[in-house]
Amino acid sequence: MQAAIFGLWTGFPPEVSSSGAARIVADKEVVMSAFFTKSMARNIFYGGTLFSVLLFLALTFHTNWRIPQRIPAAAPSPEVARGKTLWETRNCIGCHTILGEGAYFAPELGNVYKRRGPDFIKAWIKIQPTKTPGRRQMPQFHFTDQQLDDLVAFLKWTSEINTENWPPNIEG
Amino acid sequence: MQLHYQSQAVAKPYFIAAIALFVGQILFGLILGLQYVIGDFLFPAIPFNVARMVHTNLLIVWLLFGFMGAAYYLVPEETETELHSPLLAHLLFWIFLVAGALTVVGYLTVPYATLAEMTGNELLATMGREFLEQPLPTKLGIVVVALAFLYNIGMTILKGRKTAIGMILLMGLVGLAVFFLFAFYNPSNLVRDKYFWWWVVHLWVEGVWELILGAILGFVLLKITGVDREVIEKWLYVIITLTLVSGFIGTGHHYYWIGTPGYWQWWGGIFSALEPLPFFAMTVFCFNMVNRRRRQHPNKAATLWALGTGVMAFLGAGVWGFLHTLAPINYYTHGTQITAAHGHMAFYGAYVMVVLTIISYAMPILRGREANPERAQVLEMWSFWLMTVSMVFITLFLTAAGILQVWLQRIIPNPQPFMQVQNQLTMFYWMRWLAGVVFLIGLTVYIYSFFARDRPQTAEAREGQTATA
Repeated sequence: MQAAIFGLWTGFPPEVSSSGAARIVADKEVVMSAFFTKSMARNIFYGGTLFSVLLFLALTFHTNWRIPQRIPAAAPSPEVARGKTLWETRNCIGCHTILGEGAYFAPELGNVYKRRGPDFIKAWIKIQPTKTPGRRQMPQFHFTDQQLDDLVAFLKWTSEINTENWPPNIEG
Repeated sequence: MQLHYQSQAVAKPYFIAAIALFVGQILFGLILGLQYVIGDFLFPAIPFNVARMVHTNLLIVWLLFGFMGAAYYLVPEETETELHSPLLAHLLFWIFLVAGALTVVGYLTVPYATLAEMTGNELLATMGREFLEQPLPTKLGIVVVALAFLYNIGMTILKGRKTAIGMILLMGLVGLAVFFLFAFYNPSNLVRDKYFWWWVVHLWVEGVWELILGAILGFVLLKITGVDREVIEKWLYVIITLTLVSGFIGTGHHYYWIGTPGYWQWWGGIFSALEPLPFFAMTVFCFNMVNRRRRQHPNKAATLWALGTGVMAFLGAGVWGFLHTLAPINYYTHGTQITAAHGHMAFYGAYVMVVLTIISYAMPILRGREANPERAQVLEMWSFWLMTVSMVFITLFLTAAGILQVWLQRIIPNPQPFMQVQNQLTMFYWMRWLAGVVFLIGLTVYIYSFFARDRPQTAEAREGQTATA
């Protein structure tokens, strides 16, 4: 009985197939091996992987050469860089997405500069947490005015990246 | 039953730690699930972002414990020699565990910005990027542990028999260590940052980790089915060829909307559309090997986990990945609950299940028996079904939430704001949370199965059988 239950659960009958069947399988395997051996499979693996890696590196090289043309200025300003550090050290990505990447608990911020504008963003950050019962809460970060400006500069810069028209609309 | 090589015993603490951290991961998952419906739950003690860091980082760390335990267990047997240094393996275990624990304590007790200040993030800013939130000392610790671990495994393979399973495992582990180095590259240009961030994340889970997965699965199938090594290793090469040929350029499915050139929509779309193939091959491989088995291994639970890995990895990583991998679809689904749905079933189906497979196979042997008593196996199989089915439901509920989210926020003529949409998804989030509770029950049964013995009358009957035989 136990064996039958095991069989049912694991998807195979409790008895091993007869030795005759095993022999047929083994014979088939010998025939198969003659066509396609393990060393052939290994060579295809090394060749295929090498090809893929090289192609990927070539595309990476080209992409990184093109990136400066797809961002607002050739290099982010010190303000933007400081804003990015604030973004990181407050772990914003633990709740929000930016260009669609991050956590899905709070709104997309890649285009928040265009959606809300600088003043709303700063005011919003300052009044957190809302403490509305049952509502998702954002911590208070006690930013200085300078830090708020840096953060907004980073969000503005991000909103001007050429993202192939993503997101589909202003709501993110 | 004796271990073939005494040094395989070092795998045991790794497996135990993996399971303990797994429990922590699930508990924080339940906190997160509740925060989705009761927004201020545990705020400000444990804000969502902190709970999420703990949830995802524990997952990564316990899977790494599982991979290392698997390597320590299978490499001596594959190379037919004792591990180069069991002492080093023990030492690394404690270093990694203490570093991991301190990191989690840091997340939970100190504001993240303070943690960054305390740990020298200004020397080299690496924190605050998804999954790579660890403070600099932890990241450096991971590198040290990985290098010492690779030295130990590498030296063992060097002096012993070189099998395809061993070499594929080693390639996967070396790749894991090499790609982690990109965690230290964080340019202020967000586009470049994201581009190379994926070299850790994508090239891990859709690249080199699949080599580790294949090697572990191949090893367990070899042991429980008794099928010829040549056949298994040939399959493995085919699987990992498909993995890396589709996976490297397939990284491009993350390069659609982050500021990288538009041609990635073609490169990424076409190659990532092939990513289900290695997983499908894995499914066929598992069932084929079990059907052709030449022995009847008494560890039925391990067989079930191996087959389950084949099926669920294909469903979670293959099918649910394919659902939203093509650019015209991803344009609408990118960064929604669809992504969360895929992430949950892919991680569970591929990596959680393969670690549970090797634990299921190796742990009884590490405890001095070929297989667990029948009652323990029945309980373990119950836990398999509870966890797997509840994960399927978690995925289905998140997918439903995702479809509705995409519809309301991105497709209808008057798209609604994020929070307004979220409020309409509450029912799905509640159902997801209940499925999560069932998962925790499954995990509890799983842990209990390690302590379960046969009832006295069953044990007596068994002994009587053995005596007459």
